Amino acid sequence: MDLGSFLVQLLNSIQYGLLLFLIASGLTLVFGIMGVINLAHGSFYMIGAYLAWSLTAKIGSFWLALPVGIVLTVALGMLMEWLFIQKLYARDHLYQVLLTYGLILAFEELRAIIWGNDVHGVTVPAPFTGSIPLTETLSYPVYRLWISAVVVVLAIAMYFLIQRTRLGMMIRAGAANREMVQLLGINIRMVYRFVFAFGVALAAFAGMISAPVSSVFPGMGGQVLIVSFVVVVIGGIGSVKGALVAAILIGLVDTFGKVTTLEIAGFNVLPELSGMATYLLMAGVLLWRPEGIFGKRL
Amino acid sequence: MTEPLIDARGIHTYYGASHVLHGVDLSLSRGETLGLMGRNGMGKTTLIKSILGVVRPRSGTVKIKGADMTRSAPHRVALAGIACVPEGRGIFPNLSVYENLVMAARTGAEGRSDWSLERVLHAFPRLRERIHHGGGQLSGGEQQMLTIGRALMTNPDVLILDEATEGLAPLISKEIWRIVREIKASGIATIIVDKNFKAVSAISDRCVILVKGAVVFAGTSESLRAEPSLHERYLGV
Ligand SMILES: Nc1ncnc2c1ncn2[C@@H]1O[C@H](COP(=O)(O)OP(=O)(O)OP(=O)(O)O)[C@@H](O)[C@H]1O
Ligand SMILES: [Mg+2]
Repeated sequence: MDLGSFLVQLLNSIQYGLLLFLIASGLTLVFGIMGVINLAHGSFYMIGAYLAWSLTAKIGSFWLALPVGIVLTVALGMLMEWLFIQKLYARDHLYQVLLTYGLILAFEELRAIIWGNDVHGVTVPAPFTGSIPLTETLSYPVYRLWISAVVVVLAIAMYFLIQRTRLGMMIRAGAANREMVQLLGINIRMVYRFVFAFGVALAAFAGMISAPVSSVFPGMGGQVLIVSFVVVVIGGIGSVKGALVAAILIGLVDTFGKVTTLEIAGFNVLPELSGMATYLLMAGVLLWRPEGIFGKRL
Repeated sequence: MTEPLIDARGIHTYYGASHVLHGVDLSLSRGETLGLMGRNGMGKTTLIKSILGVVRPRSGTVKIKGADMTRSAPHRVALAGIACVPEGRGIFPNLSVYENLVMAARTGAEGRSDWSLERVLHAFPRLRERIHHGGGQLSGGEQQMLTIGRALMTNPDVLILDEATEGLAPLISKEIWRIVREIKASGIATIIVDKNFKAVSAISDRCVILVKGAVVFAGTSESLRAEPSLHERYLGV
């Protein structure tokens, strides 16, 4: 691999990793702070992507579709929290898995009814349609750079929110001792509700901004959910910092796993392995640190 | 404003099938210091949790400043002006000392705001020294100070201390008692649960003794001190 294509792959893997981080950070917060395993988290990513496609077609502007889509998805998420998720806080993980798996099926069915089963694409919105030349023959799409930049800004904002604001302190305190938080006069239900809505917003945003670089297709939520859970487990449950590191790691392993070739006895081995690379990484990390890279000791 | 801050009547509380409180009455007036005593497992903590809304009494009523809050969520009771230093402390080990204090800060239910961060740090110089340490890094005594300081940051009208000196070295206990006196002097009513009969009866205006979930004594601390036979019978001291 020459330097130019290495650079392209590096940027791709970082962009993919950052996108994964957006989805996984909501998942890890809901899991780590509220103790809820939300399998339907990927559905909000899927819904975001479909809304990006259908709203852009209707409104005519991706940039207008973006806030509308996020508001709609968060409203749906809040409704789900109110109807179902809040009943799960005190429940065993088994109930959470069963109920939120049911939600995935319901969302997929609704998606088929409303939007059908076709694969769609969203055109890259102006002003990010161009490419930046890297070498004489290679260039890199500006839109992908924009995605990475936006996620980095969001990650910094999240760090600030969680580490520096009183709301962030309440969120972290709630993860340690929810009864004590209530005894200080803080409505923990509202804190949870905020965390859940925040996670949904991040997943929807990820789905919407990734629509122009990857197609919009049935089952995309399930695919991203599995990888996101791998990120959460590798990074350590409840750790946003861990999710960031793990997501970038997975981005690198996944992208380079796909392009690196390794021939053994004339067979090309790595492409077959690349599908497994993320899971091998997870197994390796868990053998080394069962609680994840930044997780609390179990 | 003459009605009691806390007025609990006929409280029956169960844990599943086990009947722990058998019709307990407890009231607390403004500025009053009440000692709540009894041997291990007699229901002191359960009574406090019933008042705070952490466990729901099966029958009876809890009025806070005249308003019925028997079925209220714990955060509502706290917002009404009741702060608590729970048994086992309950600091947030993953937050710094500063964050533990600041996350709780608010103006009190009746608008008081004299317990600021500065005043709490003044009352607990040890906390100022450790301000950027993690809550989990503190010693037992420092954790206790942090829990008390954090409760004060909510500018409460009532502070409930459940075994605040348990497991602490005598010198640290003394420091805690000094602070409790300062809190009392600042006009906050307190309920003090403690095994140290002498210290409690010295600081409190009234005492209540629980035996097996029922009140066996309720009267002034003076009258309790005057009857050593009661100490032996109910407290084993
Ligand atoms: N969560 C619980 N579930 C079941 N039983 C409980 C629970 N908490 C307390 N009990 C029981 O209720 C009774 C009263 O307990 P409680 O903690 O109120 O007593 P206490 O007076 O505070 O005792 P101590 O001085 O040891 O703190 C005890 O018999 C105890 O075993
Ligand atoms: Mg107790």
